[in-house]
Amino acid sequence: MDSPIVRAEHVVKTFGDTTALDDVSLSFEPGIIYGLLGPNGAGKTTLIRILTTLIRPDSGSAWVDGIDVLHDPRTARTRLGLAGQFAAVDEYLTGRENVEMVGRLYNLSATEARRRAAEVLERIDLGGAADRTVRTYSGGMRRRLDLAASMVGRPRVLFLDEPTTGIDPRSRVDIWGLIRELVESGTSILMTTQYLDEADQLAASIGVIDHGHLIAEGTPEELKDRLGGSVVEVVVDDVDRENAVALLSAINGHDATFDAASKRITLPAPKGAETLMAAARSLDGAGVTPNDITLRRPTLDDVFLAYTGKSVEEEDGTTDGPKRRRKRRGA
Amino acid sequence: MTTAVHTAMSFSHTVKDTFVITRRNLLRNIRLPQLLVFATVQPIMFLLLFNYVFGGAIGGAIPPASGGKYLNWLIPGLLVQVAAFGAGQTALGLTEDLSKGVIDRFRSLPMARSAVLAGRTLSDLIRNAFVITLMVAVGFLLGFRYQTSFWGLLGGLAVAGIFAYGLSWVMALIGLAVKNPEAAQSAVFLPVFPLVFASSVFVPTGTMPSWLQAFADHQPITITTNAIRGLVLGQGALPAGDTVIGQVTLALAWAIGILIIFAPLAVRAYRRATG
Repeated sequence: MDSPIVRAEHVVKTFGDTTALDDVSLSFEPGIIYGLLGPNGAGKTTLIRILTTLIRPDSGSAWVDGIDVLHDPRTARTRLGLAGQFAAVDEYLTGRENVEMVGRLYNLSATEARRRAAEVLERIDLGGAADRTVRTYSGGMRRRLDLAASMVGRPRVLFLDEPTTGIDPRSRVDIWGLIRELVESGTSILMTTQYLDEADQLAASIGVIDHGHLIAEGTPEELKDRLGGSVVEVVVDDVDRENAVALLSAINGHDATFDAASKRITLPAPKGAETLMAAARSLDGAGVTPNDITLRRPTLDDVFLAYTGKSVEEEDGTTDGPKRRRKRRGA
Repeated sequence: MTTAVHTAMSFSHTVKDTFVITRRNLLRNIRLPQLLVFATVQPIMFLLLFNYVFGGAIGGAIPPASGGKYLNWLIPGLLVQVAAFGAGQTALGLTEDLSKGVIDRFRSLPMARSAVLAGRTLSDLIRNAFVITLMVAVGFLLGFRYQTSFWGLLGGLAVAGIFAYGLSWVMALIGLAVKNPEAAQSAVFLPVFPLVFASSVFVPTGTMPSWLQAFADHQPITITTNAIRGLVLGQGALPAGDTVIGQVTLALAWAIGILIIFAPLAVRAYRRATG
């Protein structure tokens, strides 16, 4: 592997009594997206703030593009771009003025900043809105503009803190496309997310963080394998239950199980939709009409269940639970 | 690279970054004219209220150097009031940038650490200068006349501007300490309000109770007001024993002293500021 583009070693950060990061080490090679996955309050933002020189850890070390961010933050800042949780764009400036300003602050000449701003604005496809004030932009447009601003200085590494939180699904897909393009053009990216599907879609490598601990690391495939993949869930009338369990157990070599509490029959479905189709055909062929049949993908809950033995809900009440629940997205 | 070249380069970067931030802040004033309208309406309202409501009653108590008009006495005081309240905008602007994550973005960029504050205070100075000039223009329409010379008036405006600039750095520190725009609102006005009223801005301090007068006579708002009155109306407008040159020197000493103490404190707070 190339020397890592981002490296954190034994990073510890406490705020008062709260330990935000407890001995976190991670690293990844250039040219990929590293997804840092975890619920609200897990320490994701704190780690990003340390790596982007905004705060200093209590102990530990960190490097960005080989530069020690604690000893030489000035140089580190020339190598990195940050798009925080809120679109940090100026409402009363136009999109172009926002991006040009950041370009100038990256020490591009006025001409170069203008040229480069036009280039990134073209790339994020603001649909001719570049010369309107940002006040008139939608939430999704603001996020894209924020991304444009973070990449105007051609940073080697982009840090994106929950780039799709709070925006509509359509804009979310747009931003995913933009992030993919960026990494294809050679930028390395560390992004945080609360959504497993997002990390799955984009990241070549995923770190799962909870309560300031990095609890698992691997490729999306590795993590999902360890989770057991998707699950088909079926709800049938009581009279059909035994029959349905038998039919489903014959599909892919996994046993279907009935959960009395939720009245659901579940079947592991590593092949996803294919298993769902097979289940539907099999039940239909035997004249069993399910009341409900769904393919449930592994969620952040499942990751937590697998790695901590507790679901996110069960952890509520111990630390910042309510805050967490508010932002969590359903499966 | 030699140290001298390096220093020269980082100095030119600081100037460039300060210019970029100043321009950004000023654009905001132009794009959101309400900001400027509110900033000017309030002092003009003070001007009209004090001149027409209290002017008649206070008129007899002011020194004859005012040319017999309370308005002539009032304008120099209002310039300092405008400067003080205008400086408060520095705190409000900074807290707004902090709460919107703009400061985080700036702090992650390879830009001069002092440029955000230098640009903020500079753009607020320019805006303040605009409001102060407008005040004097409205004053002229209402009958204000300087009693010394045009240069005296310009000198008075300069003293008000320098005072406003020094105060902006105090406000920057307040803004960075409270962080939240709503809290900044009261954190700024609570200290400024009594300072403006317990001063010679609106009335001579001679009729205040002695304990209050002792405070009022020596606090920077009175000293700056007196310096401007001396420059605009002449020696006769000052309390007995004070000279124009003495008051101007003292006023500048206050402004520069405030700057020397609070600018480094504000820059230090900025380095540590987290939104």
